[in-house]
Amino acid sequence: MTEEKVLRIQDLKLHFITTRGNVQAVDGVNFDLEANKAVVVVGESGCGKTSLAKAVLRLLPKNAGEYSGKVYLKDIETMALLDEEYRKQIRWVRMSMVPQAAMNSLNPVLRVGDQVAEPVIEHFNANKEEAFHQAAKMFQNVGVPVDFLSRYPFELSGGMRQRVAIAMALITKPDLIILDEPTSALDVLTQANIFNLLKRTKNDHETSFILITHDISTSSELADMVAVMYAGQIVEVSNSKQFFSNPYHPYSKKLMTSVPRLRIKTEPDFIIGKPPSLLNPPTGCRFRDRCPNAFSKCEEEPPKIDFSGDWVKCWLYEGKGDIR
Amino acid sequence: MIELTEKKQIEESQNIDHKSFVLEIEDLEVYFELKKFGFQHAGFVRAVDGVDLKLKRGETIAIVGESGCGKTSLMRTILRLNKPTGGTVRFDGDVINSMNSRELKEIRRKIGYVQQDPYGAMAPFMDVQTILEEPLKINGIKDKNERLSRIKKVMEEVKMTPVEDFLNKFPHQLSGGQQQRIVIARAMILNPNLLVADEPVSMLDASVRVEILKLLRALQEEHNLAVIYITHDLATVRYFSEYIYVMYAGQIIEKAGEHDLINDTAHPYTHALLAATSDPDPKNVDEFQDVPPGEPPSLVNPPAGCRFHPRCEQMISGKCDVYRPFEFDLGDQHLVSCWLFEGNPVADDHGVVLDGEIAENKL
Repeated sequence: MTEEKVLRIQDLKLHFITTRGNVQAVDGVNFDLEANKAVVVVGESGCGKTSLAKAVLRLLPKNAGEYSGKVYLKDIETMALLDEEYRKQIRWVRMSMVPQAAMNSLNPVLRVGDQVAEPVIEHFNANKEEAFHQAAKMFQNVGVPVDFLSRYPFELSGGMRQRVAIAMALITKPDLIILDEPTSALDVLTQANIFNLLKRTKNDHETSFILITHDISTSSELADMVAVMYAGQIVEVSNSKQFFSNPYHPYSKKLMTSVPRLRIKTEPDFIIGKPPSLLNPPTGCRFRDRCPNAFSKCEEEPPKIDFSGDWVKCWLYEGKGDIR
Repeated sequence: MIELTEKKQIEESQNIDHKSFVLEIEDLEVYFELKKFGFQHAGFVRAVDGVDLKLKRGETIAIVGESGCGKTSLMRTILRLNKPTGGTVRFDGDVINSMNSRELKEIRRKIGYVQQDPYGAMAPFMDVQTILEEPLKINGIKDKNERLSRIKKVMEEVKMTPVEDFLNKFPHQLSGGQQQRIVIARAMILNPNLLVADEPVSMLDASVRVEILKLLRALQEEHNLAVIYITHDLATVRYFSEYIYVMYAGQIIEKAGEHDLINDTAHPYTHALLAATSDPDPKNVDEFQDVPPGEPPSLVNPPAGCRFHPRCEQMISGKCDVYRPFEFDLGDQHLVSCWLFEGNPVADDHGVVLDGEIAENKL
């Protein structure tokens, strides 16, 4: 790979301490992201997607337990930074996030202009006027009328609020933006609009994206790569062409058949059973109880098989590619 | 304007049999009054404005549209949770517009309702058995054993087995899919003729969606139910409904069979909806999606003429922005309200008499 890597995650772990034990929400995640690319993280709810985003951005809740691994942003090892350094140098400066249900994450008592301008004032010591000027430019960029700067969030429609949240993430021109279910509460036309905006942003600003979603159909609008998450681990990383036509992992295959399609007449199927509890995940392959292809070997930890850039964690492919 | 008595005579002469439909809606209007300072009249929100719908036993109609287009108001009016301000709603042949609460109780027993958010639809302090027992108690089934046996039967139908494991669980102990199954069980427990499902799967995980839709379809076939399925997701509709109605700004703008709507799309808005619904395809990355500009109009002051005209590329000025489009019949039960299809037989002229020219259509 000659292309520059924006993000390298190695063996990232984030556990939560609860009264019932340790929830292993993110358990040894590895993946790389190249510059100006978008990776989509898909999986069922409760498989640790949002926790992964939080772990990357170091937005840890109070009950966080083990938090380890390495996260390289370009050449900086972010995990080695102190919290205050991380806040000043990384979060929102080089990496920002559009949170889940972004439409409700705006502060209801502040004008949206103030909220969008805030990161510039905070991180680049800009004065208010300058920051507002930049916020206005950003509003134009994401397609919100500039006179909305002095409005309050409740005066905006859902799609407009989502655009404001994206503007807030974009204003510091970060290298990487994490989008957590950016369109799940929106109508189809608004959803299409937001994805057009994200595509344009990607082309114009050379931003990289991590898109977290369970909606596989719409994720194909932005994906260069797809990472499949299951029970706290990534089980497959493929380029989008491979994933949307012929994914490797049995779980990915099942996910793809569960997607209702508009244009091809196929009967969708569902995945029997539910993901294992993250309190005490099974050893070996975590999908084996629901896997149609499971065999005796699956009780051992599956190897990572490499297919020239794509990889899958599954015993079925043993001997068919290079072991990482 | 045709007088009501005259209308009755016409109906009698045509021998229209209202009993053959489970649900028959004619020219339904649901307006909500806006008030300034709490008392002064300040206009109406025209949530539903001239909707016709006929549903037979065993048929499924999906109503598709964006949020704020009046889908939920329409549904609430079918359940008579809203009072219609115009038009009629007939259930099993009886007009429900001005029924009193005793008559309504009879009607509502025959209508099952599946809510959008299963967790929000169930009382958090009741266990599954109490939740399912409630409708039976209200409807006068006094024998405790009979209630329990009916609960067990309906839970087996929604595949919540073994039943004993779930009876004493509370909603928060169930997964999203299981919660929705209980809501469906509650809707089915009184053996309804009509099931109204308001976005039953939009809050669920993608892999569970298909499971719930398949369950709903199995129940529909087994009990020969009439179903109204309200959604904004066209991709799930086609696995579930024979007919799709597309709603925009309080009006139904296209009605067609599932296959026709997707393959012979007529209305520009339906085209836009279909274009914005993606299938998983790696080619999507390279193309921008076609989206009509603007947002759905306010229902307080909807645009004159066709309500989609300000966003429509094929707008015929002087016509689309002045006259409400007639409903044209494209054959094979495919109806579309759009002036682009003038020349096809008129199915509904909204009571405007054609006299060489179109008379001005007052909103």
